[in-house]
Amino acid sequence: MAPGLHLSVALDDTGRHPSTPDDDSGLHTSTPDDGPGWHTSASDDGARFTPEYWVELVREAERGLLDFVTFEDDLGPVGRLDAVLVASRVAPLTSRIGLVPTVVAAHTEPFHLSKAIATLDYVSTGRAGVRVRASGSPEAARHFGRREITADTPLADLLDETADYVEVLRRLWDSWEDDAEIRDVATGRFIDRDKLHYVDFAGKWFSVKGPSITPRPPQGQPPVAVLSHASPVHALARRSSDLVFTTPHSAEDVRTIGAEVEGLLNFVDVVVGFGREDAPESDAFVFTGSPGELADLLVEWHAAGADGFRLRPASLPDDLRVITRELVPLLQERGVFRTEYTATTLRGHLGLPRPANRYAA
Amino acid sequence: MKQIHLAAHFPGVNNTTVWSDPQAGSHIEFSSFVHFAQTAERAKFDFFFLAEGLRLREQNGLIYDLDVVGRPDTFTVLAGLAAVTTHLGLAGTINSTFNEPFEVARQFVSLDHLSGGRAAWNVVTSWDAFTGENFRRGGFLPEEQRYERAKRFLDAATTLFDSWRDGGEFAYRDEHFDIAGKFDLPRSPQGRPIVLQAGDSEEGREFAAAKADAIFSRHATLADGQAFYADVKRRLAKYGRTPDQLKVLPAATFVLGDSDAEAQERAHEVRRQQVSGQTAIKFLEQLWNRDLSEYDPDGPLPDVDPVVGENTIARGRASVRQHRDPLATAREWRELAAAKKLSIRELIIEKTARQTFIGTPSSVATQINDLVQADASDGFILVPHVTPGGFDVFADTVVPLLQERGVFRADYTGPTLRSHLFGEESL
Repeated sequence: MAPGLHLSVALDDTGRHPSTPDDDSGLHTSTPDDGPGWHTSASDDGARFTPEYWVELVREAERGLLDFVTFEDDLGPVGRLDAVLVASRVAPLTSRIGLVPTVVAAHTEPFHLSKAIATLDYVSTGRAGVRVRASGSPEAARHFGRREITADTPLADLLDETADYVEVLRRLWDSWEDDAEIRDVATGRFIDRDKLHYVDFAGKWFSVKGPSITPRPPQGQPPVAVLSHASPVHALARRSSDLVFTTPHSAEDVRTIGAEVEGLLNFVDVVVGFGREDAPESDAFVFTGSPGELADLLVEWHAAGADGFRLRPASLPDDLRVITRELVPLLQERGVFRTEYTATTLRGHLGLPRPANRYAA
Repeated sequence: MKQIHLAAHFPGVNNTTVWSDPQAGSHIEFSSFVHFAQTAERAKFDFFFLAEGLRLREQNGLIYDLDVVGRPDTFTVLAGLAAVTTHLGLAGTINSTFNEPFEVARQFVSLDHLSGGRAAWNVVTSWDAFTGENFRRGGFLPEEQRYERAKRFLDAATTLFDSWRDGGEFAYRDEHFDIAGKFDLPRSPQGRPIVLQAGDSEEGREFAAAKADAIFSRHATLADGQAFYADVKRRLAKYGRTPDQLKVLPAATFVLGDSDAEAQERAHEVRRQQVSGQTAIKFLEQLWNRDLSEYDPDGPLPDVDPVVGENTIARGRASVRQHRDPLATAREWRELAAAKKLSIRELIIEKTARQTFIGTPSSVATQINDLVQADASDGFILVPHVTPGGFDVFADTVVPLLQERGVFRADYTGPTLRSHLFGEESL
């Protein structure tokens, strides 16, 4: 079998807390993430507010040759460092691994986020991605005070707004053609303004004129991801994203959901707590066996159509180390996972070509 | 002897940057930021400073194409720089009009944690609908409310910075913001990020006296600097603050040479590169508020008068707003040009000059120190004309001379920006 299995890890705080309900996907679950948890991490809770904690985790994931890591964020009441800033802080100290922070569409400005992800792509020289999430959280809405979001807010509206948001991110990334900067001494022109484009987006929730103030990022379009547990969100993913995190519970599920997200890179979420007995609840499948058993499962689900996996360690850094030091060698022995990085960008790892600019003549 | 504070301003989109210089590199690639910041840290500067722009400037209805164009995102590049520096303060300009307090407070507290206490916020305001077209909020703010909103924004953010005392619980309500909830982050290493302020109006000065740790001014010459310095320091008492709690840091450029004469010659050449004939015409159009593209930059000033009223020729450019009485300014410029026999380009070179330290390293060190000791400032925010290597020679030649004279630190004495500015690691 060709080494075509993709592998990533979710770096959520000090590990997944699976005793709480899953936290998003645009569905109306508000999530105090600090309930009684599964995590018995060696790292105390304060460590996750230090840069060293994040640098060590991402370096560990890079030693395991993973495609990328994700950083959770939700603008809610759980104390977290800003995910884009954490990713950027880590970027200069790593060299190959993709960095995918979460951004929340409902409250932040797409203009700011577009340039932030473009800048992360510059800081990491082509390793940025972004996971975009809708937010049905009333608590997060109160933090901004500009709109009310309640259990009655239609999911369809939140998803449509998120789709608009991604459309604006993408248009802004393309708003500079790749060769817009000309530095033409003879004519005194620094840029060729004919290669800069107004995006002129006008939607139901916001409008954005453009162009971006940040030139087109190294990857052209950093990959966009969406987490989806349900059909309406699958539809958002098909409309907006390059890859989707899905939550099947069996190989059969992998096939069924795979059909719904066809055309996207399908990364199956698996919560992983090696050797645990206290299996928690989660929207995602929870795995508590040995690394060898997980390798069997991943190979089986890969054969059923999963392009890759996002493993969500129950406890950081412990379960991450088992992934990188035990699971990865097993997958390599089976010939399904890379033995060295063969690309330098996130798109390169994922096998995605650099896209043409929609505005270029 | 007063200790001098120095900051390194990464050039933004302005005509200071001589992009045609053979040594000019990228102003976007991260390696440029690394080079620039690491040089500033090698020179023991207080902080790195990044300006911001939220819409590309336009003139005559077209995107302005003569200067450097394009910037990174402020927070993202500062967080990246935190990884490749250890002591340098990281100051970012963040607009209080097109952001929300919860998000900005969270980003600054994050940056302070991720940098070990080196974050600073240059609070600016905007109200124009032109910039607002890029944002959900749009151009909603009446001009007279901009400082009001900035003050309330900073009050709301400060409530969030301090909410660790209450376990992160917060509630803030006024005519601009109504927010509540939980801001559950540990106390920022500096207590709060350093606050910088750059406005020069009466309201701006009062805002700085009430709220800021440092003020970024335009007044860098002796008499002008002393007047500004005395004015803002005098305002502090009514807010229960002492004069050393607000640092006055004017913007300045510099040109070095092996002799004073060589430096003068080089400075003249730099000014010619910064203000091309076409650039001079564009500057003139901003005052005249009309298309002057048919005029010869090497010829005399136009004999037509400026168009009075709303400036429609240039958008997204702060300097346009400074021409309060264009007819009077035009008259003054004509008189100056006539008296000195200046062409359009020569006049613009003269009128747009900012304070520049020109000379040998020894002479520049003396000029800087003399102004600080004479209470014209507490130091300077320096912007070089070449990116990213513009501070290399300054770090190697001027800084050691200031250190020898005992007026600038030989090494950092604390880890945080607050310790560089005030000697205290945190609030």
